[in-house]
Amino acid sequence: MYEITPPLQNAVLPLHKLCLELRGSGFAYFCTSKPIRSNMSLLYKNVKQLVFDIDNFIDTVEQGVLVFKEGVINYLNDEKASFADKIERIDRLEASADKLQRAIDDNFYRHSILPQNVSDIESMLDKIDEIIDISKDNLYQFDDELPFFPKELTSDYIRLVDASVEAALSVFPAARTFFREPAKVRDMLVKVYFYEKETDKIARNIKRKLFHDIKDLRLSQKIHLRYFALHLETVSDRAESLADLLSILALKMSI
Amino acid sequence: MIILFYLSSGLFLGWSLGANDAANVFGTAVGTRMIRFKTAAITASIFVILGAVIQGAGASHTLGKLGSVSTLAAAFTVALAAALTVYWMTRMRLPISTSQAIVGAIIGWNFYTDNPTDLTVLSKIVTTWISGPILGGIFAVLLFLLIKKFTKVTKIHLLYRDSYIRYGLLAVGAFGAYSLGANNIANVMGVFVSAIDLPTINLGIMELTGAEQLFLLGGVAIAVGIITYSKHVMETVGNTLMPLTPEAAIVVVLSQAIVLFIFSSQGLSNAFQSIGLPPIPLVPVSSSQVVIGSIIGIGLYKGGKEIKYNILGSISLGWIATPLVAGVIAFFMLFFVNNVFQKDVGGDRRIEQKEVVTYKGQDVASDEATILIDSSESNYSTNIPDKRGAANKEKASNRSVYALVGLLLSLLIISALFYLLYKEKKKIRHLKRRSKSAEEKYRLKMDNLEKSYKDKIHHQLDLGKELKFRQNEMVTMAMSIIHKNEFLSSLKEEIIKIKAGVKDHETRMGLNKLSLMITQDLSIDRDREKFQMHISEQNSNFIHRLTESFPKMTDNEKRLASLLRLNLSSKEIASILNISPKSVEMNRYRLRKKLKIDPKVPLSDFIRNF
Repeated sequence: MYEITPPLQNAVLPLHKLCLELRGSGFAYFCTSKPIRSNMSLLYKNVKQLVFDIDNFIDTVEQGVLVFKEGVINYLNDEKASFADKIERIDRLEASADKLQRAIDDNFYRHSILPQNVSDIESMLDKIDEIIDISKDNLYQFDDELPFFPKELTSDYIRLVDASVEAALSVFPAARTFFREPAKVRDMLVKVYFYEKETDKIARNIKRKLFHDIKDLRLSQKIHLRYFALHLETVSDRAESLADLLSILALKMSI
Repeated sequence: MIILFYLSSGLFLGWSLGANDAANVFGTAVGTRMIRFKTAAITASIFVILGAVIQGAGASHTLGKLGSVSTLAAAFTVALAAALTVYWMTRMRLPISTSQAIVGAIIGWNFYTDNPTDLTVLSKIVTTWISGPILGGIFAVLLFLLIKKFTKVTKIHLLYRDSYIRYGLLAVGAFGAYSLGANNIANVMGVFVSAIDLPTINLGIMELTGAEQLFLLGGVAIAVGIITYSKHVMETVGNTLMPLTPEAAIVVVLSQAIVLFIFSSQGLSNAFQSIGLPPIPLVPVSSSQVVIGSIIGIGLYKGGKEIKYNILGSISLGWIATPLVAGVIAFFMLFFVNNVFQKDVGGDRRIEQKEVVTYKGQDVASDEATILIDSSESNYSTNIPDKRGAANKEKASNRSVYALVGLLLSLLIISALFYLLYKEKKKIRHLKRRSKSAEEKYRLKMDNLEKSYKDKIHHQLDLGKELKFRQNEMVTMAMSIIHKNEFLSSLKEEIIKIKAGVKDHETRMGLNKLSLMITQDLSIDRDREKFQMHISEQNSNFIHRLTESFPKMTDNEKRLASLLRLNLSSKEIASILNISPKSVEMNRYRLRKKLKIDPKVPLSDFIRNF
């Protein structure tokens, strides 16, 4: 059903099975979205492909967010080799998500699938993609600017990234449910809003600590760290924005 | 060939039915791009023809019972009357249904030919018109609930649901087209069934009776209407009734198809009878009205807030106005065809003609068309027995009175309709004139505004140019003063240097004198005075504003402000005022204090924007 890009070209398993196996394991991006000839009806085949691509896309973004979290923790714990590995992985995942998104866009418009709701779904996928984009950018900020984190703030930053990523991770199941049971989406978004607020609180605490309690750092360092708190917060902000969109779309679908 | 000519009115009616009613079946599917028009048109065409040929007889038979239009000319006239009614009322944007038009035209024929209208059949038909939309509403609600429940239980992926909906729309559309063909073919070809007797054709696997051949022709006309014109209707008026979601379209089209199927299926009617229920009346119903009924049904289920109830009024108006108008037009046209073209329009008139022929005992039966009621009356008086002759005479005179009354009535109604049309057109013309004059006024106003705007811009540009010229003039003057002063200062310095090396007393005295002259020229500089006057003159408004706002400002400060307004640097100002740059800085500081300027705002910016 799917072609495999060079790294797994010599695999013994039937290709489509392999791709299905890889789904959710973090390596699904090896499967390209290029369909191979099939006997199924054209419309049904396209839809099946699209459903697979969308699931794959959300999986990829989800993994990207997890990699981002691990990367930040690696940096805070000064694990340079692991951090470099995370940078490379998030780069690949982001590229794969972009490729999948382009394939999904193409499929939607070329075969006029779901013409009434295509723009809504496209905006939703854009917002999902923004999460991995911002995660990648943030991780690169660590790599480029090499911020100095004092020991007393490390745990706070870990809590911050944890809460921020948790908000993003809570929105993905809702995005999946949107396609099957739009009515249930709103209930699933409660966690997103909770973690977003938690993230805000932790970030505010960090900033307060930076400028009120910590005396050893220079003002420039404090400002630098403040920006990193803001960077980490943006992931949960994007998750909240996606949650808002999802709740509106779910309502629209159920009318 | 002549048959085809007579059939043309029916075929036109079929074409218009295909063009208009296909939107009820595939309008939403095509409008929402769920199905391509090509697919929809081909499917609809095939199934309309199938429906017409396989199941078209039932509703057609009922129309035959209402009035068996027996001659080709009459059938042509009746179908033409219905077609003209549909065309005219559509143009007038009045609610219209082909089914109601054809029934009205048949009743018009009944009236003209003294054929008694079967009130039982008529009431059956009218009841069906009312029950059709109601049934449509009931089916729509039931199907809506069913689909809602199904979607909730199955939890199908949105994209899979989309593809199922496409298949569903296609299947339901095909069923809708089949039912449309089965039910509405009676409108198109029903009147011709008793008028044309075609021989049965054996196709090997099946036989096509004369009526079926007519239905096939009518079906093809509907299909041509769908292929050639329905796309335009779908794109322009297809969704004006109410924009539907694809899911709602499935419900509405399916309920419409079921209703049309029920009112055209002989098998279902027989099945009802076999279990002891009353037979289903097989009557052509309006697909548009059933669609409206279905949409209203769903709307009522959802709370009924968004329903425009005036649409019910327009349907009721359609039930009354359409048959009436079609009937009157048919009556008038039959009179015209009968008397002007001298064509037999069937009914009692034909019977009478035969009677005349018999009584005369002459071989003129072949020349039926030439025998008219009025011209035959003289034969009655001379050739038939008295009793029968008197009865016929009375009947003929009654008929003449009826015809005259009918003609007058129809003329009256048609005049009224034309008057309404004329009024409507007058109103439209008046509105057009008003809108044109308003448009003209608006255009003139816009032209004037544009002109004055251009003038102002031109004027502003002129002023700007002048201002720039003046400013340049002042800056040039300032620069020349600065240059001259710098030159004199350097000359003075040179003289001082030379003086230091000279020991001769006279020369020293001469150099001293020269230096003094330069100093005097520097302090009493006419150019500078002229320049300062010029500055004061040019900036009179500015200085006036400054004086009003800050009355404590000194003349020197006002002068400094004027120079700052020219965007000159402290050094340049120092040169013009013949003071040191440091003094200028000090003066600037004082001026800043006096003007109470925010420390963040540069002094020169404040002065330029003052």
